[in-house]
Amino acid sequence: MTAPSASPVRVRVVLAEAARQRAVLGSARAELAEQTQVGDALVRGLVRAQLGLALRLSFVVAVGLGGLPLLFVVAPAVARATFLGVNLPWLLLGVAAYPFLLGVGFAYLRLAERNEQDFTELVQRPER
Amino acid sequence: MGASPFTAPAIVAVTLATVAIGVYGLRLARTTSDFLVASRSVSPAWNAAAIGGEYLSAASFLGVAGLILKHGVDVLWYPVGFAAGYLALLLFVAAPLRRSGAFTLPDFCEARLRSRRLRKLATAFVIFIGLLYLVPQLQGAGLTVSTVTGAPYELGALLVGAVVTANVALGGMRSITFVQAFQYWLKLTALAVPAVFLALQWQADGRPAVTPPEGMTFMRTTTVVAEHAATLTFPDRSTMEVRAGEALTFPAGTPVPKVSGVASTGGFDWLLPGDDSEDRGLFATYSLILATFLGTMGLPHVLVRFYTNPDGTAARRTTLVVLGLVGMFYLFPTLYGALGRIYTPQLLLTGRTDAVVLLLPGAALGGGLAGQLLAALVAAGAFAAFLSSSSGLLTSVAGVISTDVLSRGSVRDFRLGAMAAGTMALVLALNVSGLDVSRVVGLAFAVAASSFCPLLVLGIWWRGLTDVGAAAGILVGGGAAVAAVLVTVLGPPLSGWPGALVTQPAAWSVPLAFTVMIGVSLSTRARAPVDVGRTMLRLHAPDALRM
Repeated sequence: MTAPSASPVRVRVVLAEAARQRAVLGSARAELAEQTQVGDALVRGLVRAQLGLALRLSFVVAVGLGGLPLLFVVAPAVARATFLGVNLPWLLLGVAAYPFLLGVGFAYLRLAERNEQDFTELVQRPER
Repeated sequence: MGASPFTAPAIVAVTLATVAIGVYGLRLARTTSDFLVASRSVSPAWNAAAIGGEYLSAASFLGVAGLILKHGVDVLWYPVGFAAGYLALLLFVAAPLRRSGAFTLPDFCEARLRSRRLRKLATAFVIFIGLLYLVPQLQGAGLTVSTVTGAPYELGALLVGAVVTANVALGGMRSITFVQAFQYWLKLTALAVPAVFLALQWQADGRPAVTPPEGMTFMRTTTVVAEHAATLTFPDRSTMEVRAGEALTFPAGTPVPKVSGVASTGGFDWLLPGDDSEDRGLFATYSLILATFLGTMGLPHVLVRFYTNPDGTAARRTTLVVLGLVGMFYLFPTLYGALGRIYTPQLLLTGRTDAVVLLLPGAALGGGLAGQLLAALVAAGAFAAFLSSSSGLLTSVAGVISTDVLSRGSVRDFRLGAMAAGTMALVLALNVSGLDVSRVVGLAFAVAASSFCPLLVLGIWWRGLTDVGAAAGILVGGGAAVAAVLVTVLGPPLSGWPGALVTQPAAWSVPLAFTVMIGVSLSTRARAPVDVGRTMLRLHAPDALRM
C-alpha cells in the first residue's frame, strides 16, 4: 500500500475507477445503502411526497369534519335542518362521518402505495 | 331493576372463555418473542379485529352512549374522534413505525434518537397514560357488576381488577390475537342485535319522539331509589324533597323531573349543537377533536399491536380495516343514547347514565324472555369490552415497567409490574367513582396527544428532531396536560374559561408541545443523531426494497 512505485499505483486507480463507474450505473440501490448524496436526495424526495400526501388528506378531513362545529355556530339553520325526521348534525356526526373517514383512509392507502411503487421503480430501473 | 337470570351466566361464560383461550395460548407460545413470530402469519383482517377488540373499551361500549344520553349531539365528537384517531395513525405513523422495528414508545425513542434518558421519560408517560386509561375500565367493570347484580360498586371493581391482574400476571392474556379478535365481534354483536330489537320496539310503540315538546315522560312505571337527598323540579314548577334511600315510583306517563345537582341537557339543547356558553363550547369541542384525533397514536396498547404486522404495507392495510371496524361499531352507541331518553329517563335522575346500554334492552322490551336474553347479551359484551381493554393496557404497562423500571425484563419482573400497575389502577378506580367513564378516557387522549403525538410525527417526518428537543416538548406539553388532568380529577370544580381550559386542555397543550419540541430541537441542532439519514431510509423505504 505504502510502496511509492509508479506502475502498481496506476493499475489500482484504474480498477477503482471502473468499480465506481459500475456502482453508479449498477443501481440506485447501492446509492441508498451507501448514503451517497444521490441516495439521500432520493429518500428526501420520497419522504416529502408521502408527507405532502398525508398533509393534503389531513386538510380534507380538517375542512370536511373540523369545519362542522364552526358551521353549526355560524349557520344555525343548518343545525336545525332535518332529513327524514332526523336533525342534520346527528346524521352528519352519527353516521356520515365514518364512511367519510374510511374513504379518506382508502384514498391514502392507494396513493401512498403508488408513491412507494414509483420509488421502487426509480431505484430498480437501471437493473433492467 | 330486576336482573335478568341469564346475565350472571353470560358474564361468567365470557370470563371463562377468555381465561381458557388465554391458558391455551400460553401453552402454544411461552415467550413474547414466540408470540410475535407466530403472529407474523396473522392476516390484516384478524389483526385489525384484534386491535379493534382491544381498543373498544368500557368507554366506548358504555360511556359513549351514556354521554349521548346526558349531553346530546355535542358529545358525538367522542366516537367520531375515537375512530378518526386511526386515520391520523394511518396517515402519519402506521407504516414507518412498523418499519422502525420499535415494539413500544420507549423503544422508538431509543431507536430514533439514541437517548437512554429520553427513554426513561417516555416510560413515565406510558405508565401515566396507561393508568389513566385503566381506571375507567375498572370503573366500568364496577358499574356493570353493580348494575346487573346489585352488588356495591367497590366490590365489582375490586373483583374484576383482581381477576384481570391475576390473569395478566399469570400470562394468560399475554398478547393473544384470537381472543381479542373474538371479543371485537362479540362486542359488535352485543350492541347490534339488541339494537335491531330496540328499533322494532320503538316502531311498535308508535315511534315516540326523543325530545317531545312538552318534556320527557316515563314510558313505563318506574321506581327510582334516591342515592342522595335532592330537590326534584317538575315541568309545572312544583318541587319535591327526597331523602337519601327513599324509593319513588313514577307511574307511566308522568313527566320526568329535573334533579338538583345532576347536570343534564334537555329539549333543544340536547338536540342541537352548541351549549349556553357559545365560544367556550366551541373551544371545548375543538379541544376534544384535537385530543381524540391525535391521541390514539400515543396510546401504549394500540402501538404494541402494530408490531404484529409482517411489514409496513400490512400495517397500513390493518389500520384501514381497524378504521372500518371501529366506525361500524360506533354507529350503535348513538342509537342507545337516543333511545335511552325514551325508555330509561330515570338514569338522568340518578346521574348514572353510563348504565344506559346495560339497562335499555330490559327497560324497552320488558321482562319477557327476549328482553332478558338481550340484557344478558349486552352485559356479556360490556364484560368483553373491559376485559380485553384492561388486559391489553395492563400487559403493555407491565411490559414497560418490567423492562424499563425493574430493568431486567424477566417473566418475574413482568408479573411484579402487572401487580403494581393493577393495584395502582384499582386504588384510583375506587376513589373516582363519580366521574364519567368517557371523560376520563378523553383526558388520557389529551395527555397522549400532547406528549407522544409530536414525538412520533416529528420523529418520523423531520430529520432535525433532537433528544433534548423531544424531551423538552414532552415535559412542557405533556406535563401541562398531566397537570390539567390532576386538577380536573382531584381539584375543586372550575367553571367559565378556567374550567374549559383545564377540563379540555388539548387545544393549547398540543400546539405548545409541537412548538417547544421544534424550537428546542432547532437550538440544539448539533445533537441530531448522525445516522438520521439511515434511520429515515429504514422508516420510509418501501418494503419491497428491504433496505
